[in-house]
Amino acid sequence: MTFTRATTIEEAVTAMAAGARPIAGGSDLVVGARQGKAPLPDVLVAIDRIDDLRGIETSGQGLRVGAGVTHAELIGNETVVSSYTAVADAAALVGSPATRNVGTIGGNVMNASPAMDTGAPLLVLDGHAVLKSVDGSRSVNMADLWTGPGRTSADPGELCVAIELPPQPERSGSAYVRLEYRRAMEIAVVGAAAAVTVSEDGTIETGRVALTAVGPAIIEVADASVLMSGRDAKEAGAAAETAASKSATPISDLRAGDDYRRHTVGVMARRAVKAAAARARGETIAVPVNRSAGVGAAS
Amino acid sequence: MSESLSLTVNGVAYSVNVDMGRNLLSVLRGELGLTGTKEGCDDCECGACMVLIDGKPVNSCSFLAVQAADRSVTTIEGVVTPEGLDQVQQAFLEKGGVQCGFCTPGMIMSARALLDQCPDPSEEEIKIGLSGNLCRCTGYSRILAAVALAAAAD
Ligand SMILES: Cc1cc2nc3c(=O)[nH]c(=O)nc-3n(C[C@H](O)[C@H](O)[C@H](O)COP(=O)(O)OP(=O)(O)OC[C@H]3O[C@@H](n4cnc5c(N)ncnc54)[C@H](O)[C@@H]3O)c2cc1C
Ligand code: FES
Ligand code: FES
Repeated sequence: MTFTRATTIEEAVTAMAAGARPIAGGSDLVVGARQGKAPLPDVLVAIDRIDDLRGIETSGQGLRVGAGVTHAELIGNETVVSSYTAVADAAALVGSPATRNVGTIGGNVMNASPAMDTGAPLLVLDGHAVLKSVDGSRSVNMADLWTGPGRTSADPGELCVAIELPPQPERSGSAYVRLEYRRAMEIAVVGAAAAVTVSEDGTIETGRVALTAVGPAIIEVADASVLMSGRDAKEAGAAAETAASKSATPISDLRAGDDYRRHTVGVMARRAVKAAAARARGETIAVPVNRSAGVGAAS
Repeated sequence: MSESLSLTVNGVAYSVNVDMGRNLLSVLRGELGLTGTKEGCDDCECGACMVLIDGKPVNSCSFLAVQAADRSVTTIEGVVTPEGLDQVQQAFLEKGGVQCGFCTPGMIMSARALLDQCPDPSEEEIKIGLSGNLCRCTGYSRILAAVALAAAAD
C-alpha cells in the first residue's frame, strides 16, 4: 500500500486521477478493511489536512460545509444547530466522541451506506454535493448522488469538496430521529428526517420526509408535502407515518426483520415531523432529538 | 511497503519504519513499547485502545499510524505529571473505578479529553464522554463517580 498526503484540493484530485482513493477520517475505510469488508486500497491519498475542505461558511447562498468537517465540528456549529438542525441531530448520534472527532461529513456521504445518519437530513434540507476532479467541478443533489448500497454517481476521480445547503425559510424547522438498540457505537436500525415550514397558526405549509436504512439508499417519501400541507403537526405526523411505511422497501438482517423496519420507520417519521414542526414554531428541542425528547432509544 | 514515519508521542519524537497499512495501536505497543494502551476488540467497538490525537480521543486500533504522523499523540503513559498521578487517575483509585483494569487506560484517556474540553460536566455529559468505552467489570457507577470527583478536583 502506498500513502501520500495532499495539502491542496489540486494535489488530491491529481492523485485521484492517477488512481488513488481518498481517505478522510478512515472510520469507514480503515474499519471496513480491518473487518474484511474490502481490503485497503493500494494507493491512498490523505485529505484530512487540506484547509480548503475544513470550514463551515454561511452566506446569502446558504450554508457551505467543507467535506472534511467532522461530526463533532457540525454539532459545535451554531448555524448548523439553529438552522439545519436535523444535520446536527444526526451528527450527534454518530458512534462515540472518538468517532465524531475522526469521521467527516464527506466520508459519510461518499461512503453511501443506506444506514448513514447525515443522509436523510441532507436530502430533506435540499443538500447538494460539490464534486471536483481534474476535469472540473459540478454540483449533484443528494437523491442523484446515492445510487445503491456503497455506490454513488461520482466518478472515481471526483473528490467531494463541500456540501451546500440553501438558506432555510422563515418558520421552518427540521429533525432527525433514529431507532437504535444502544446509545453509542451503533448504526441506525431505521431512521427518518423531516423538514417543514409552518403557517402562522402552526399548521404545516410544506414539508419533506426522508428515510434511513429501509432501501438500497436513503429514500424520500414522495408527495410528503401534499400529504401534510394544511394539517396540524399531529395529523401531518400520522400522514407521514403511513406514507413512510408504504415507501419503505427494507431488508431483513440480523439487526431487524423487514416488517419491523417497515413499521418502525413510520414511527420515526411521525416523531421527526412532530419535532420538526415544534422547532418551526420556535420551540426549543435540544440536539439530538433522540436524547432530549427520549424518542428512538428505549429510555 | 515499509516506510519511515515520524510520530510524536507524549512529547517525544520517534522515527519508525513500518508498513503504511499498520494501525497506530500496534505501532505504539510493538515498535515503541508503549503497552499501556490496550487492545480489546481490535475492531473499533470497546475503547480500550483510546489515545488522544491533538487532545481529542481516537480509537488507535482503527486509525493508521501514518494518519497520526506529525500530530501530537498522548497515551496513558503521557498522562502522569512530574508531580505524580493525574487527577483523573487519582480519582479512579479513590472511587474504586478499577477492577481488572483492562478498560482503565482507555477510560482515563476519554475522561481526560472530556474534562479538558468541558471542565464541569453534568452526569449526562460524563456518560456521553465515556460512551465509546466498555467495561465488563465495574458496572460503570464507580467510573462515573470517579470522573465527577476528578472534575470537582481539577
Ligand atoms: C464505531 C463506529 C461507529 C459509527 N457510527 C456511525 C453512525 O452512528 N452513523 C453513521 O452514519 N456512521 C457511523 N459510522 C461510520 C463512519 O464513522 C461515518 O460514515 C463517517 O462519517 C465516515 O467519515 P470518514 O471521514 O471517517 O470516512 P473515510 O473512512 O475516510 O471514507 C469513507 C469513504 O468515502 C470516501 N471519501 C471520504 N471523503 C471523501 C471525499 N471528500 N470525496 C470523495 N470520497 C471521499 C473514501 O474513499 C471511502 O470510500 C461509524 C463508524 C465506526 C467505526
Ligand atoms: S481495541 Fe480499539 S476499540 Fe476495541
Ligand atoms: S475494570 Fe475490567 S473491564 Fe473495566
